[in-house]
Amino acid sequence: MLLLQLKNITKRYPGVVALKGVNLDVVKGEVHALVGENGAGKSTLIKVCTGAVVPNEGQIVIQGREFSCLTPKLSAQMGIAVIYQEFNLVDGLSVAENIFLGRAIRKGIVIDRKAMAKEAARIFRQLDIDIDPNELVANLTVGYQQLVEIAKAVSQNAQILIMDEPSAPLTQVEAESLYAMIEKLKASGVTIVYISHRMKEVFRLSDRITVMRDGQIIETMNTADTNLDNLVKLMVGRELTETYPPRKPCVSDDVLLEVQNLSGNGVHDINLQIRKGEVLGLAGLMGAGRTQLAELLFGVKPKTKGRVVLNGNEIHPRLPKEAIECGIALVPEDRKRQGVLLELDVKGNISMAILERISRFLTVNKKEEQRIAEYHRESLRIKTPTLEQKVKNLSGGNQQKVIIAKWLASEPTLVIFDEPTRGIDVGAKSEIYTLLNRLVESGKAVLMISSEMEEVMGMSDRILVLRDGRIVGELERKEFSQEAIMGLASQS
Amino acid sequence: MPRRAEGTRKETVKYSTLRNTLGSVAASIGKQYGIHIVLLTLVLFFSFASEDFFASSNLLNVARQVSMMGIAAVGFSFVLLLGGIDLSIGSLVSLVNIVTAWLMVNAGWSPVPAVILALVLSAAVGFSNGWIIANLQMPPIIVTLAMMIIIEGVAYLICRGLPIFGFPKSFSVIGQGYVGPVPIPVIIMAVIMGLGMFILKNTYFGRYFYAVGGNEEAAELSGIDVKRVKYLVYTLSGFFAGIAGIVILSRTNSGQVLSGKGLEFDVLTACVLGGVSVSGGVGKISNVLAGILVLGVLSNGLVLLDVSQFVQMVIKGAVLLAAVALDCLQHRKKT
Repeated sequence: MLLLQLKNITKRYPGVVALKGVNLDVVKGEVHALVGENGAGKSTLIKVCTGAVVPNEGQIVIQGREFSCLTPKLSAQMGIAVIYQEFNLVDGLSVAENIFLGRAIRKGIVIDRKAMAKEAARIFRQLDIDIDPNELVANLTVGYQQLVEIAKAVSQNAQILIMDEPSAPLTQVEAESLYAMIEKLKASGVTIVYISHRMKEVFRLSDRITVMRDGQIIETMNTADTNLDNLVKLMVGRELTETYPPRKPCVSDDVLLEVQNLSGNGVHDINLQIRKGEVLGLAGLMGAGRTQLAELLFGVKPKTKGRVVLNGNEIHPRLPKEAIECGIALVPEDRKRQGVLLELDVKGNISMAILERISRFLTVNKKEEQRIAEYHRESLRIKTPTLEQKVKNLSGGNQQKVIIAKWLASEPTLVIFDEPTRGIDVGAKSEIYTLLNRLVESGKAVLMISSEMEEVMGMSDRILVLRDGRIVGELERKEFSQEAIMGLASQS
Repeated sequence: MPRRAEGTRKETVKYSTLRNTLGSVAASIGKQYGIHIVLLTLVLFFSFASEDFFASSNLLNVARQVSMMGIAAVGFSFVLLLGGIDLSIGSLVSLVNIVTAWLMVNAGWSPVPAVILALVLSAAVGFSNGWIIANLQMPPIIVTLAMMIIIEGVAYLICRGLPIFGFPKSFSVIGQGYVGPVPIPVIIMAVIMGLGMFILKNTYFGRYFYAVGGNEEAAELSGIDVKRVKYLVYTLSGFFAGIAGIVILSRTNSGQVLSGKGLEFDVLTACVLGGVSVSGGVGKISNVLAGILVLGVLSNGLVLLDVSQFVQMVIKGAVLLAAVALDCLQHRKKT
């Protein structure tokens, strides 16, 4: 039975057509995966379904009722709920209060906390989630917050759950419980539209897959009838030879960075070495201390003890500024919050870390700035109409490239990547991998933090596994396996 | 997709793309030059409504009236760009006023050292604001509010609430002199605004104001020493307010505790009218100048039309509200 049907939906923005005559059928009870590169039109399509965007043409048919456009309220009434990457939860309220936000159970004019907690507990039991309804949302990990968000949607009798890259912020273990949850929802008759860049989970979860590209639906097919290569080919419109481009052996014997007994910011007694030309992977669960370690090295947080030796000199960065002067760069985890300056243009973002260096008498040498920005735009193939384009108008992958360009301009010797490809489409991913290769091939060193198991194994020369702020294991290339890493990361 | 439908669809697309493009061009002109259009409209309106308005003497008069505001607005814009606010500039103008007057009259200093000391003092007050905000992580509105009250108290303590007058003759040049037909305060304003534009456009630290105001965390992680930027910006705000204080003192020829009262809100209104975002990271000095002129033309024109002081207050308040509302609406559209 068709639950949701989009007929010939077209949405135009000034200068761009975001959706071109899109036709999509969603069958009741299925998990329907929606895949495509960033900018393919997936987000706009979702927004049409939630009433956030009014299409220029076409009809939306939900449970037999036809609409030319929806409002957010109408969409919710028709049983559509969306789980966004950014959660709509209130940190300072309890789990139960969040679930019943705006429709609290009351006794007269007083909120009945007990009844809400009881009802929330019932929903959790039904979904097999282990969360205390009285816990504050702020105290939950991202994974649990997401489960609360889903429970909230379910409690509102959502018929169609649209999930926008739900697994992106999750660790492997957390993602597993998300998958289990999806299976359970499906069994109880909820229809799920699942958007993801992770092909593995798409194949694992979905019944059907729809590929979007350039605002159009390219194909809808049964998951059983396709494979990864075919899917990737449809998404990018060209064939990708390999996800992890090969690199020349380039690990030298010279140690670039040596860390001895480093403690502070939640990590303890870290000892590690990175050689020139090496990619060192840092694996571990969320909260294992990987980002915290990066923050120590980059001078974001102070160390309590230990030594950091870079190129033979002991360094004590107390600010990122000082770490950068030592030759360290950090591509942070959260692109929008920590990486780019959205209101600034591409050029201004690229030159941000070297402005003082290219200034004389306090004045920026604009020709030099232009030249450097242009050089990196070309070499990284940043897709932007001009260097004066505001960064907020670029796609996620191109924003990430702008951040990388900023660091390449500062000519670092050690680059720390924290989740370098989170939320980035397949094509841009492989370009970033190539770039990483170029970095180490030119004798620089890379410290790569990643929650994507395949990525860590595909790109690293060596992997260190962290757990509870300590290094619990080191794996050489030939020892790499998902089991080995997960084993080290999750032992208690 | 049926083939034959394609031709007509293409044409519809073309037509509506054209329409959308025109619409967005109009919108972006409105956004960029909105304040200039408002200014032009006001000037035209008052020119027709009052025959005295468009006289060159009156226009120069308007320019001189707004010059103190314009001088202080440069530092204030920097603070807004950073995502902060500086409520202490009004009191600071009063303090500089009183201190300079006291030094010249009661301590017998000559104008130059008195002015220098007063300017150093104003920069120091600004620096304290910045230091407290950056190191104690307090909200700027509270820090500068407290500073405003402290400074006003100090000014009262120095002069015991009485005006101080009787300055050397030479001192009046700053506020009352002319170069050709142009009043000196207007020239000072032009120089300082030019300096402000230069800082924002061409210096590296000017770029940092936008970066820190746009996203403090990302700025810090890009190697910007955010604390130092804050010290600098609040120090400049204090310093420029100090210059405004000197100009006002020279113009009125009498040190008064109330000389800067409420200036912070006039300047805030002008900056916001000029499109400086109260949430930081967005703004241009050239538009702030237009914002200041709008306020100046408005109050001058209303006086010429004999509108009462109180009605003027109502209008000014409404203008501020409308300007902020516009700013917020634009922000909401983005998300």
